[in-house]
Formats: sequence, C-alpha cells, structure tokens
Amino acid sequence: MKMLIAASAALLTFTFAGAVQAFCGFYVARADADLFNEASQVVLVRDGDRTVITMANDFEGDVEDFAMVIPVPTFIERGQINVAERSVIEHLDAYTAPRLVEYFDPDPCQRFDYDELRRQNGPPFPLAVAEDAAAKARSRGVTIEASYAVGEYDILILSAEQSDGLVAWLRENGYRIPDGADKVVASYLKRNMRFFVAKVNLEAQAKSGYSYLRPIQVAYESKKFMLPIRLGTLNAKGQQELYVYALTRSGRVETTNYRTVKLPSNLDVPVFVKDEFGDFYRSMFERQTAANGNRAVFLEYAWDMAWCDPCAADPLSADELRKLGVFWVGADNRNVRPAQAQDVFVTRLHVRYDQRHFPEDLIFQETGDRQNFQGRYVVRHPFAGKASCDIGDYEQALRERQSREAEQLANLTGWAIDDIRAKIDFAGGEPPAAEEPWWKRLWN
Amino acid sequence: MTGLPRRVSRDPRYYQIAILSTLLCYGVAVLDFGVQWQHAAAIIGTALGAQWLAGRTLGLAGFDPLSPLISALSLTLLLRTNSLSIAALAALLAIGSKFLLRVNGKHVFNPANFALVTLMFTSEQAWLSSGQWGNTALLAFGFACLGLAVLNRARRAETSLAFIMAFALLLFSRAVWLGDPLSIPLHQLQNGALLLFAFFMISDPKTSPDAASGRVLYGALVACVACLILFGLNQPHGPVIALILCAPLVPLIDRYANGRRYVWRAAGSLSRDSSAAKLKQGTSV
Repeated sequence: MKMLIAASAALLTFTFAGAVQAFCGFYVARADADLFNEASQVVLVRDGDRTVITMANDFEGDVEDFAMVIPVPTFIERGQINVAERSVIEHLDAYTAPRLVEYFDPDPCQRFDYDELRRQNGPPFPLAVAEDAAAKARSRGVTIEASYAVGEYDILILSAEQSDGLVAWLRENGYRIPDGADKVVASYLKRNMRFFVAKVNLEAQAKSGYSYLRPIQVAYESKKFMLPIRLGTLNAKGQQELYVYALTRSGRVETTNYRTVKLPSNLDVPVFVKDEFGDFYRSMFERQTAANGNRAVFLEYAWDMAWCDPCAADPLSADELRKLGVFWVGADNRNVRPAQAQDVFVTRLHVRYDQRHFPEDLIFQETGDRQNFQGRYVVRHPFAGKASCDIGDYEQALRERQSREAEQLANLTGWAIDDIRAKIDFAGGEPPAAEEPWWKRLWN
Repeated sequence: MTGLPRRVSRDPRYYQIAILSTLLCYGVAVLDFGVQWQHAAAIIGTALGAQWLAGRTLGLAGFDPLSPLISALSLTLLLRTNSLSIAALAALLAIGSKFLLRVNGKHVFNPANFALVTLMFTSEQAWLSSGQWGNTALLAFGFACLGLAVLNRARRAETSLAFIMAFALLLFSRAVWLGDPLSIPLHQLQNGALLLFAFFMISDPKTSPDAASGRVLYGALVACVACLILFGLNQPHGPVIALILCAPLVPLIDRYANGRRYVWRAAGSLSRDSSAAKLKQGTSV
C-alpha cells in the first residue's frame, strides 16, 4: 500500500510506520530548520493576489510510497506547477536562521571602563560562521481534470463533487488516508478549493539523478492568503513543525487568526552555548511555545532581503529569488549584487501546531512593518590573554556577568541553574557567592 | 465636593477609559503589542488637541476630554504603524470626522473606526493586527465581562449583543454547513480584537441608531456584512470594515425606528443635574 504524504499547501505530512524523517544534527552557530524532526518548509511569495508557494519536505522513505495531496484555491494548469531546487530553500533557511554571535572581551589592562564593558553592544562579528482510471474516477464523482508530468512527479488535477468520492478514490488507488480526512476535504471542497495529487514517477526520478525529492511549486492567483494545515493535524503523531518563509514587497507577514510572537532575541548567553546552540535553541523554542499556551506563531526573522547583520548566510541573489517565484524581481538582471535593493522583504515564521491548539488554517496578512528583526544570541568570551596589571575588578565584573548570563539561560530554556553554573568557567575559578539576604546582618 | 464622584458614577465613559487603559497596559506589558509610548502619546495628544481646537472654532461650551480620549485609546489599541506622523494623522482623522461628517446633528462614523479603515486602505504604513491578542478563553471572558460592565452603565448593550450573537450564529452555521468541528467558530470568537470591536467600537452610543429595535437591526447587519467580507471576499478585518460600510445606514434606520437620542451623562438622572445639563451641548460631540 502506498503511503500518502498529503500536503495541503503546508505539507500535511502524514507519516506512517517506516517513514524515516530526516534529522541532520545541528550547526554550531545557526539554528536551521534541520534542528527539528519532521519539519516542513513552505516558501510563500505574495504580491497582491498573486501567490507562488514552494513546499519542501524531508521525506526519506521509499519514493515509490510517496504521494502528496495538495489543496489549492483555484484550478491549476500545467504551467502553474514547477519543481524547485532544494538548495535555494536551504539557502533561504540559512539566511533567516536564528544566529549566535560572539564577542571577545578586550584586554582589561588597556581599557578599564568596566561599565562600558558591561554595556557594550557594538557591531557583532558574525561567527559563521490514463483512461480506465479516468472512468473509474468518474464513477466516484471524481474527475481527473488533467494529468501532467513535472520533473520527477506525476501530477493529477482532481475535481470532485463529493468529498467521500475523492477520499474513496484516493483509498482505492492505494493511498492511506487518516480518519477524519473526509470531513476536512468536504470542507475545502465547499469552499471551492481544488486538489492535486503529486506522485513520484520512478523513471523520471531515476533520470533526474536526485537522491531526494525536490520541492513542488505552485503559482496561483487568489484573494486567499492562507495555508491549509488542517489535513496535517489529522494524523495522530502529535505536534508538527512548520516553517513559513514569506517573501513580499511591502513588509512583515503575520497571522491574523493566531498570535504572531517575536522570539526572545538579542540576549547574552554563557560561552558554552556556542557548543550547544542547537540544544539551546530547541529548549528555548519549546519553553516559549509552552509559555504562549501552544497557540502562538513565532517570528524568527524579518528583514529586507538586500542585506543582513550579522549574516548567517549571504542574502539570496536575484536569480535564486526568481527560482522561488519572486516574479517582480528581474529575471535577466544577472548583475544584481546582493547588496543592492531587491525590493523583497523576508519573514520567517516558525510554528509548532496540532489540532487542539490550531483548529483553523493559518490566515496571513502583509503588514507595512519593515522593521528588521532577527533571532540573535550573543556569547562574550572573557579576556584570555596575559594580564599586565591587577585585573581583580575586571574578574569581579566578569563573574557577575557570567552569573547574569546563567540566570538568563535558565529563564530562556528552563534548564536547571545548577547544571548551567557547573558548565560555566567562572572567572577566578569560583562562581560568585550567593548574595547574602539583607536581614542576615541586621541584628548581628 | 461630591460633584466628581457623582459624575464618574453616572458617565460610563470613565469606565470605558479605565478599561481601555487597563487593556492597553496589559497588551503592552504582557502581550508585547509593539505599541510605542511615543505613538500612544502622539495619538492621545493630537486627539485632545483637535477636540479642543474644534470646540473653540465651533464655539462649543466647555472642553470635553473624555470622548476624544476614548477614541485615542481605541486607536492606540488597534492601529499599528511605525510612523509617528501616521499615528498623529489617525487621531486627527478620528476627531475631524466627528465634527465634519454629520447628519441630523449626529456624527456618522465611529471616530476610531473611520480613522482606522481610512488609513488601512490609503497608507502602506498602517495596519491592523487582529491576531495579536491571542485566543485564550480566559482573556475572552475577561473582555466580555469588562465590556458588559461598560454597556450596562451606558444602557445601550443591544448593538453589541445583537452583533455578537448574529456573528456567532453565522460562524456556527457556516461551520455546520462545512462540516467543520465547532472548535473552529469558537476559536474565531475568542479573539481579543473582535471583542474589543464588539464591546468598545460598535457599541458607541453616539453612532448607533436611537431606537432599541434599530440597534438590534444594526448590530445584526454589521455581523452579516462582516462575514461577507471575511468569507465571501476572503479579506481580513471583516467587522471593522463592515462597521464603516454600515454606518451611513444609521440615519436611514433612525428615520424608520424612532428612539431617544443618546447624550453622554444622560445615563442617569441628567434632568436633575443642572450642571451636567449645562455641559450637554459641549459633550454631545
């Protein structure tokens, strides 16, 4: 039996026993989408009613078992479906990822302004660092309106009068559909949404030479600026991870029916986080999700595509943007330097969703907000050189700073403060003594 | 000595101001609204200034800071912009509409609503963040209670209740027709911006019909148009846009459904309070 990866625009990943999801470990200084298991990535390009959606998945099972059912707001023709390069999405992911930056304390003997040291917040140094089938379909009230071969995919455009007909047709054709899908499909059909099925054409896939499945792109025009996630919440696997990269002209994108919350940012964390940035980011995200009642969509990055500071990766080139469907960027403008204005604003949203907390599809709006925001965390390395003077004051200030960083980290991640303190290499070898309560010496 | 406490207990606007200020503090402190204090100051300052200037120009007796303050607080809570001049312009539009767009001695549009929608459609730098409030049931409950407290003071709860009930009915009916779980309409109703709209904007007694039957009709009409915008046209902010579209119908409703014109401070025994009566003219805008 084939497995169905139903992708409702938001990659409704129905995973079943045996479907292995990619987990590639983590980068040292960047929190990419790879950090989370079973993360779907969707790029939404939108200007006016024109939308180009690119859906990437990390399916690693037998491609023969792969299929996606994608609801789309309008009828789709052959020319509206495309296959994209995964590398472009990886680049976009890297460019927008939350980042760790590091500073090095200057020689305290050359600069005695400790208050300034504590306050300093200068420019950071980046670390990165067929006929029978048709007849059968018709008997189910399902019309295969068209079938196309696009890249390694066979695409079937379906129109159905009844959801049970569509679901029954999918089941008859070997797709395993979770319980409850009928109702969701019926709801979409009543709202005039269309569905298409993408299956892997094994021959084409072998010829393509790719060992993975490339993202599918769809271009359409619709008033609906939304991402259907409901089919994806049907499987019993619990919470799912989704990244939405919105590329727009005017400004930041946010959800109108869920809270969009900025992830805590620009915070100093202990130096050891440099080696555990992935763990740090996961724990922080988990804690923030829980703190917001599991109902928030998190903003991780909002920036003008023309630049970055610090850069986790270079901004995307005009060519790359064009590949993602940014139709207003000149196609033949090959000489556009990344530093030049691209007229593209990127928003990275990260959401962990399930049926209970996200009963409705995500609905978006483009705002006029062009203020830059990034997930940025800072490690400050103590001065490691040989001191030519008495640095007692510097060490005292440093210990206090390290203590504050430990508390901040505990608050952000929920990690035990004692475990954190044990990992910190406190100045002078000793953590600062806990402050004595004010009443201790009151009567002594 | 008892003048101020009596006035406070009679005029529902004091309650509205207290509640809107609380909401603003909660939004800024807990929900991280992204409201900048300079913007709040610009909106409030401009609204009060415009009201004073208009009052003087038209020769109105006394200066009434309460109504412009309510409009300013509503705007601060709902309007999002990064531009200080847009914030000030919003306040100017709100108060200006109150004095300039009048039919039968009543202003046509709710001032905050007029400014919000006008800027949303004419400036790229102004937007409305309806999802910012979150959807916790507790929050919804708190809002509803607070709002009702205000309405009970204003004795004009029909518009809000008719709107909320009609809107809820439409959302639930749609869910039943689509076969959606009821958690969807419930989620749609537990929205802070929606409740703020229902209990603090559409409820404005100065811009709703004079008769109780007219207000029920009006509330239900706004709910229908809001659903049409949300689900027919697939546009966000249905209720806010519906209100500005329906507001010009109020004089028409007033013509067929006769009722007593609402006057601030009348929500008690105004006729017995001569000092309040003197201010009547000044506070009727």
